[in-house]
Parts: sequence; structure tokens; C-alpha cells
Amino acid sequence: MRANGNPDVPSVLTVLLLAVPVLAGLAGTALPAFGYLPVLGFETLSLEPFHQLFAEPGLTRSVSLSLGTGLTASIVSLVIVLLFTAGWYGTRTFRRLSRFLSPILSIPHAAAAIGLAFLIAPSGFLVRFISPWATGWTRPPDVLILNDPYGLAMTLGLVAKEVPFLFLITMAALNRPHIQNYFKAGTSLGYGRMATFFLVVLPQIYPLIRLPMLAVIAYATSVVDVAEILGPTTPRPLAPRLIIWMNDPDLAMRLMASAGALLQLFVSAAAIFAFLVLERIAETCLRQQFVMGRRHQREKVGQLAGLIPMLSIIVLMALAIALLVLWSGAKSWWFPATLPQNFSLTQVIKAVLMAGPALTSTLLIASAAAVIATGMTLWLLEARSYRNKRDSRRLKTLIFLPLLLPQVGFLFGLQMFFLVAGIGGTIGAVLLAHLVFVFPYAFLSLSDPWNRLDPRFAKAATSLGASRVQIFWQIQLPLLLRPVLVTFAIAVAISVGQYLPTLMIGAGRIETITTESVALASGGNRQIAALYGLLQLLIPLAAFTLAAVVPSVVHSNRSAMQLKG
Amino acid sequence: MHQVDSSDRTSGLRLENVAIRLDDLLLLDIDCHILPGTVLTIMGESGSGKSSLLDFIAGYLKPDFEAEGRVILAGEDLTERPAQERHIGLMFQSPLLFPHMSVLQNLMFAIPASVKGRAIRRDLAEQALEDVGLAGFGSRDPATLSGGQQTRVALMRTLLSEPRALLLDEPFSSLDQTRRADIRDLVFKLARKNGLPVLLVTHDHEDAVAAGGMIHWLDQDKARNGCTGEMQPQR
Repeated sequence: MRANGNPDVPSVLTVLLLAVPVLAGLAGTALPAFGYLPVLGFETLSLEPFHQLFAEPGLTRSVSLSLGTGLTASIVSLVIVLLFTAGWYGTRTFRRLSRFLSPILSIPHAAAAIGLAFLIAPSGFLVRFISPWATGWTRPPDVLILNDPYGLAMTLGLVAKEVPFLFLITMAALNRPHIQNYFKAGTSLGYGRMATFFLVVLPQIYPLIRLPMLAVIAYATSVVDVAEILGPTTPRPLAPRLIIWMNDPDLAMRLMASAGALLQLFVSAAAIFAFLVLERIAETCLRQQFVMGRRHQREKVGQLAGLIPMLSIIVLMALAIALLVLWSGAKSWWFPATLPQNFSLTQVIKAVLMAGPALTSTLLIASAAAVIATGMTLWLLEARSYRNKRDSRRLKTLIFLPLLLPQVGFLFGLQMFFLVAGIGGTIGAVLLAHLVFVFPYAFLSLSDPWNRLDPRFAKAATSLGASRVQIFWQIQLPLLLRPVLVTFAIAVAISVGQYLPTLMIGAGRIETITTESVALASGGNRQIAALYGLLQLLIPLAAFTLAAVVPSVVHSNRSAMQLKG
Repeated sequence: MHQVDSSDRTSGLRLENVAIRLDDLLLLDIDCHILPGTVLTIMGESGSGKSSLLDFIAGYLKPDFEAEGRVILAGEDLTERPAQERHIGLMFQSPLLFPHMSVLQNLMFAIPASVKGRAIRRDLAEQALEDVGLAGFGSRDPATLSGGQQTRVALMRTLLSEPRALLLDEPFSSLDQTRRADIRDLVFKLARKNGLPVLLVTHDHEDAVAAGGMIHWLDQDKARNGCTGEMQPQR
């Protein structure tokens, strides 16, 4: 099965699909930043957009907010995940809590932020719960808990969403041969469980966590939807301000917005650099511990430090979802009542009907993106294993690159290109933009199961005279039915969660549940906002349910194909 | 060489009425006493619960299993203690040297913290390498060592941590035939020299014979498995 001379079509296509939009987008952002945007009649290169940008009031504060909230949220999330894994891996508690974390991962950021806002706002559930009997408040207190000037609520929202992500990445990394025995080797030498994790296990698995962590930093330092819902407003962090400038009726503002997008690239890069420095320091400290022999057997405090934040996140998110459900059906829910006074189903139905067009385009884009991303991933993996290219580390890094850039950085430029090409604001353009973000996750999710598939199945089939096509459809695909469907569901969840690509590339003409819900969250109608948040969450949930049910039914009489444990 | 009085019920490793169940199904039960410097060999088909027994003794039994009985080492009841406080050395089917550390770091990692001073710790580790004929290998990447060399380093790593008993989970199975006997003899010699009770799990009859101690079969019929009588230490 050696490679024949033909170019590897799916590899080339993948690179084109990811690199062309990203590079074109970056160029399309950089040129206007230096005053060059011929479509709008700006044809002379200048630094004027930057002068204008730096003259904006509160810019320094916006930049520090982006940097501070993003970096803090990312590092706190990583620390929580590592402490929890170190202290509890292999225990019953660990298994129970892990079950809650993957559903949280599939909640789109905006929906999670809306639910969290309902929970912690001055008129939110937590205040209601203790009012008026404990606080004496009969009206919501006049404090800035949401949209606080330091971005604490926003940081909390980001942590609640990034912890499940980093946790699942860590779980996948721990899913390597012998990891269990390395734990035993460390503890049998007398090292505490947590010390063993940090000194023996983590150095081995960290390379697999690193890129996703950098993606988290890039995302968190440039996030828009969570910032719109939970973040400070006077001033806003950098990324949401860029969007406002971009949508300014004064077209000259676009040049400044593009300059701002370059600044955003710089801010995210600076955050990543800062993290790499911290990482190096932490590594040096750990290395010194290798030869000291300190066993760190007392670890109650460390274990609690891992457990308490993890439990809090799960409880917070569970309450946030419950509040989305309650608010969706609530007809009236006046402060300080803990629960709604009454519910109305007709209102729900009316709202769903109103959401019809947005719902349709969400479903259309998400299912198309998921089918294409999953299909292309399969095509790519099949072609690579047919050519015996199993080591896909370089390809993986390449595919991951779009996730290391702040979205605004190249979406501005991409929007411009699509407008020039005359496909701005079409479903196809939005779909293409979604694919840039959906495909990497689909590939990440499916490449491990594919590589774990015993290659002897294919060899056995070949020796029976099966063709490559037959092997794919009749052997590989059925064996991988479960991971393929899970990948599809992940792709759906990622697509549904895309706020900025839809907003920018859709140019206001394509509305999805997610763009609508962010718009509604800042408006007054909580019931509608809750319902949109809930719909955002139900679509991935439906996909994941299908992914769980279909393989069980299809393979119901094949015991080796059932999930164990 | 340790002189051990065979009537001394408190020395060595005692497994008192140990029974392990999975989903109410009895996997094994055993009751025995391994004196310091002696080897008890456990043989059985795969699936006979050998590894569950090791997990139980070392403190790693998964929560799915139910276990009763007690593990007593030198008179101390370890049954409820966490793995890291049991002082039981483990050797696995593969040497499991930590791939991110040098050979010397692997050894220094195992030396108790009570041995203070970097230079002293280093000397101790280098001495250990010399003892098994690997002088000068300290700065090497463990991955560049042969299987036999890795096993020898793993053995010294275990011994440097000053264990009070040794559990061997088929540690010779990955070695080729020629090296196997040498390394096996080395392990047993050092265990005897350190007066350690040793529990060896294997499916290789030659290993069992070389161990020189009692052989205990874990049978599929799950009949009561007891060590009859007590073993004399090897001289």
C-alpha cells in the first residue's frame, strides 16, 4: 500500500480550506490598517488609522482588560483542571464529576454566559434566593455584579467554559498506554498522588495539552460574545469595541477597526508569549523537584483546592441551564420571587415560531458544516492511512493554527474579500467561515479513534479481495460509527456556538440563534433571551443524543461494539 | 543475611484471609505469610486475578472490586493506608523508567528526602548504577538503554526507595532468554540481601523454579487457596 505518485488530494484541499481564508483574511485586515482599502476609495498607505486608534479614549484600559481577563481565565482554568486531575484521577469522585463535564463542553459560550448572567446578576437567582429574608432587598441592589469594570464576571464565564474543554483534552492525553502504571510507579516509590501527577505524569502528557491551551488563550483574549454579555462596558475589552467600530456607519472607521484588529493580534500574541514564559518558569521549578526526593504525601489541601472549584463550576453551570429553562417558560417572575409566579406555554410557542428563520439557518449551517467537516476528516484520514502516513503531528499542528489566532484578526479581512467577491452575507460564505473553526475540532476528535483502529482489519479485508472503497464503507466506517457520530455532534456544537464568524461574514443578513441570543441578552426581554439560549443548547444536545443512540441500536446484537464500563 | 525466626509472626508480609470479588464473583482468596528474604510465587492463567491481588496489596485496587482481609507488613496493618505510605516496591512487566528524566534522575527521584545534599544523593545513585554494572550510564536517556539495562535501573530505583517488601509483576517477561536468568538472579539476590519479602507473579514455570520459594496456584475453580505451612527463608 505504498504511495503512488499522485498528489494527496484531501491533504491539499484541507490546507487550502484552512490556509486560504486565514491568509486572505489576515491580508485583508492588514492592508486597511495601513490605510489601503480601494473598495471604499482609500488608496494611500498611511499610519493614520493607528493614530486614530491610539487616540481613542480608554484604549489602554480595553487592552489591559482583554489581556487580563483572557490570560487570567486561561491560566485559572488550566490550574483547576490540573489540580483536580492530580488529586482525584482514578477515584469514584473523579468518574462521577467527569460525566458532568462533557455536556457542559457542548453548551455554546453565549448560552452559558446568558445562563450565568441570570444567576449572578443583581436581579438574578442568587440574590433572589437570599432576598428579602436575609438581605432586606425588595428591589435588585444597585451593584455592578454583571459587567463589572474589572471583568470578573466575564472571567468567571470564560473559566466555566474553558475548564470542561481543557479537562477533556487532558483526559484524551491521559488515554495513553502505561499512564496508569506510571501513577503506580510514582506512588509505590512513596510519592503522593498529586506529586506523582505533577512530577511523573504531567511532563509526559503536557505536549498534548499545550496547543489547545494556547488556543484557549487566543480565544479568551479576543472573545466577543461572552464579553458582550458578561464583560465590562465602560470601556469594553478590545475585541467587542472593534466590532462596534467595524459596524459604524462612518466607513472610515473600518480602517481604524482594522488597525485595532492588528492590535488584537498583537495582544493575543503577547498573552501567549507571557504564558510561555510562565510555563518555562513552572517547568524549571518542577525539574528541580525531580531529584530532591520530597514525597509530598500530605495532600488534603491540594485535593480540596482541585475539588472545590470543579464542583462549583459544575453547580454553577447546572443552575445556569436550569435558569434558562425556567426563564424560557416564565410568564412573570418579579423580584424578589425565587421562582416564577406563573408559566406560559403559548408564549414559548410564539417565540419559537418567531425564531423560525434563525433556527432554520442555524440548523442548515450547522448540519452542512458538520457533514463537510466530518466527511473531509474521514477522507483525509483514510487517504493518509492508505499511504501509510500515520504520524500526523505536523498536520495536526497545521490544522490547529487557525485556532491560535484571534478570530477578529482575520474575519475583518475575510469579510471584505467576500464583499468584493459578491458573496458577502450569503449562507455559503458563512458556512465557509464556520468550516475554518469547525474542521480543526472535527479532525482533533476523529484522528485518535482512527489511528487506534487496528490496521489488521483493513489488511485482512484486502487479503480477502476487498477494494479500498469497500474497506472504507464496509469495514472502517462501521467500526468507527460511534466516534464518527460524536465528531459530527462536536462539529454541530462548534458551528452553533460561532458568534463572530456569523456576525461578520453574515453581514447582518444571516441570523442564527446565537447571534440573535447575544443581541437579545443585552435587551430587556429575559424570557426570549432565555429561550434562544436554550435553543442554542438543544441543537448540540440533540446531535449528541443521536450519537449515543444510533450506534447502540445499529450494533445492538454485537457485544464487542458496545461501550464498556 | 537476615536471620529470621520462622515463628515470628510479625516479620515479613502477611496476607490474612484476603478475598477479592468483582460483582459478587469471587476472584481469589489467599491466606499466607512471606518471611523476609523469601519469595512466594503466584502462578495462574490470565484472568485469575493475579493483578487484582497485587493491586490490593500495593493499594491500587479499583473501586469496582470488593476486597476483604488484611495486608500486614512487619506487624503493621497496611490495609487502609494509601499506596504512597505502604513502602511496598513494585516492578512491572515493562521497566517504566520515567522518559522525561535521565537515568540518574530516575534513581535520585527514588532516594528518600531524608538523604540530604545533592552530592550525597548523586553518589548514592551512581553507586547503585555501578552495583548493577551500569557505571557511567547516569546521563543517558532511558530510552537508549536495552531492555535488560532498563530493568536493572528499574530494580535499583525500586530498591533505592527503601521498600519493606517487593511485588514483582512478571518483570522478566519482556526480556530475551539469555538476559532473563541473569537479571532474575540479580533481583532475587538483592532482595535476599535486603531481607525483603517478595511476591512474584508469573506464568513462566522457570521463573517460579528460579525463585526457589513456594509456588501458589490461583485456580480457575476458585477453591480455597491457602499457603500451607510457612516457608523457610532461603539461605
